[in-house]
Amino acid sequence: MEREPILSVRDLDVKFNLRGRQLHAIRGVSLDLYKGESLAIVGESGSGKSVFVKTFMGLLDANGWVDNGQILYGGDDLVQYNTEKQWLKVRGRKIAMVLQDPMTSLNPLKTIGAQIMEAIELHQNMHGEQARQKMLSILTDVGISDPERRAKQYPHEFSGGMRQRVVIAIAVACNPEILICDEPTTALDVTIQAQILKLITDLKEKYQLTTVYITHDLGVVANVADRIAVMYAGDIVEIGMCEEVFYQPKHPYTWALLSSLPQMGVKGEPLYSIHGTPPNLFYEVKGDAFAPRNPKALKIDFEKRPPYFEVSPTHKARTWLLDPRAPKIDPPEAVLKLATEGVKGYD
Amino acid sequence: MTNDKEILLSVRNLDVCFGKRRNRFKAVNNVSFDVYKGETFGLVGESGSGKTTIGRAIIRINPTAAGEVIFKGEKINGKISRELDRRVTRQIQMIFQDPMASLNERAKVDYIVSEGLYSGDKLPEAERKQKVEKALAEVGLLPEFASRFPHEFSGGQRQRIGVARALIMQPEFIIADEPISALDVSIRAQVLNLLSELQKERGLTYLFISHDLSVMRFICDRIAVIHKGVLVELADTEKLFEHPLHPYTRALLSAIPLPDPAREKNKKLLVYDPAQHDYSVDQPKWVEIEEGHMVWGNEKELNQYREILKA
Repeated sequence: MEREPILSVRDLDVKFNLRGRQLHAIRGVSLDLYKGESLAIVGESGSGKSVFVKTFMGLLDANGWVDNGQILYGGDDLVQYNTEKQWLKVRGRKIAMVLQDPMTSLNPLKTIGAQIMEAIELHQNMHGEQARQKMLSILTDVGISDPERRAKQYPHEFSGGMRQRVVIAIAVACNPEILICDEPTTALDVTIQAQILKLITDLKEKYQLTTVYITHDLGVVANVADRIAVMYAGDIVEIGMCEEVFYQPKHPYTWALLSSLPQMGVKGEPLYSIHGTPPNLFYEVKGDAFAPRNPKALKIDFEKRPPYFEVSPTHKARTWLLDPRAPKIDPPEAVLKLATEGVKGYD
Repeated sequence: MTNDKEILLSVRNLDVCFGKRRNRFKAVNNVSFDVYKGETFGLVGESGSGKTTIGRAIIRINPTAAGEVIFKGEKINGKISRELDRRVTRQIQMIFQDPMASLNERAKVDYIVSEGLYSGDKLPEAERKQKVEKALAEVGLLPEFASRFPHEFSGGQRQRIGVARALIMQPEFIIADEPISALDVSIRAQVLNLLSELQKERGLTYLFISHDLSVMRFICDRIAVIHKGVLVELADTEKLFEHPLHPYTRALLSAIPLPDPAREKNKKLLVYDPAQHDYSVDQPKWVEIEEGHMVWGNEKELNQYREILKA
């Protein structure tokens, strides 16, 4: 696989001002996004995964700012952008986003045709009939039949799945290089969810997109991701190819996440559950952020923040367990079972 | 499942309608099922399928248009006596989906949890306090939480408050409407374990409403699949997963995301097309095709299903 970075994040720190206190939402994250890949960022709510990708588009809330670090894209450092004019060259045009809830991300007062046209006219310098033709061809691409008629309809005339298709149509209308999908299927039914994921994967091929998924659903991740980054408390604790993270996870948090899946549970026995809550990011996190919830945490986990240890050229994790001096701790049974047997299928 | 089990709740040919006259819409159509004492009965379907409406009809929030809901041998839908209404609303409790929305923001936990106790005979204050404390302890919350407001809690803790609120009434039957859908993966396991533990300790019966089949496989004894207000299949959990008969059930099972890249990336997606049923002449029925396995279909389809079961 070619490994040409399209976007590089270096030591990114993001902070928020909340009622006079500072919240350290992203704590020194570095990440290379490679051209043509599909990266999934997994984490609980509050882990900072949405905030992280929002910085790529300059969409942080007014009380948040990038405190430190660089986001290198197309020869520019996006962190240095400070006017809307600069951002508009990137936002939507180069990096587009599909949001979670198709009910709220469309304008209820405009026909969907007009909403897609707006994106095309604004970013692609096409007008009138030419833009209309483009809009119709995109609607066909996202699997909406009878585009002539559907384009004249309003969002309320569409079902949830169809609306999400429209949102995707708007996102790809400007031929972006990077498509960010923030929980694209959480609000949809399972059968529709599978269709939408397939649609995004197909469009990725057709438009040669680089896709970033943000999700907490490991089933979705297994479906779409080439590479997975696991986020916890504002930091990427483990990153690797999809198979590496599922079948040879190294970080205790990834272990815990996989073990607590209901698919890994045995009926009648309690399911593995992670105790406690994620750390409060108003305070400085000391050591490994997951240590207080990790029953097998080492002493050093509470004292010193672990560096990344490389497992393979594509796989690294931030845990002291990978230090040669660390005692050998085996991953939990459920994790081993996932690697050897996999989960029960339904066919 | 065997027939010697005691039936706690029985739903017979239930219809629920919304709207009037021309806008009348049948959200639940001729639904029948039994829930046995002590089991977890799952109701799965897509949004708009009517699964929540059934739950709400049982607890008397939505009026029923036809059919019967029988709880412990007594009809509890339609016009019933005040005394029975009170008993039913005590014995059947509900846990809601979104712990952020289902707790009164302006009330303290103490009041939220014990609100149900204020109906009917007034309890002495000391006894009420004691009950609140006990309910909180049972769901793993500290007694001092009683004086706090909901916004001070995390999603998982809020859902525990929701469970405590249901438990304090000493119910026999709990309707859990998507109790973990709004929670994070790591918190889900905690709440699921709590529900199972309480079931073991108190012999509770659950009606578990959800769209997430992987969670249901883990927690439910039996599962009923509902599509557009009609039950299409009902069976023991493992039987349903191993021998799904109705094409809708199959499509639903094929769509479940599996957290296993090797399987997930190669899975075949089935799409359900309701047009495949030809019900113009031969009307479908709700039939027990093998022991404990109900399915909705007409004679021709049922014969096909029987063939599948034999194979």
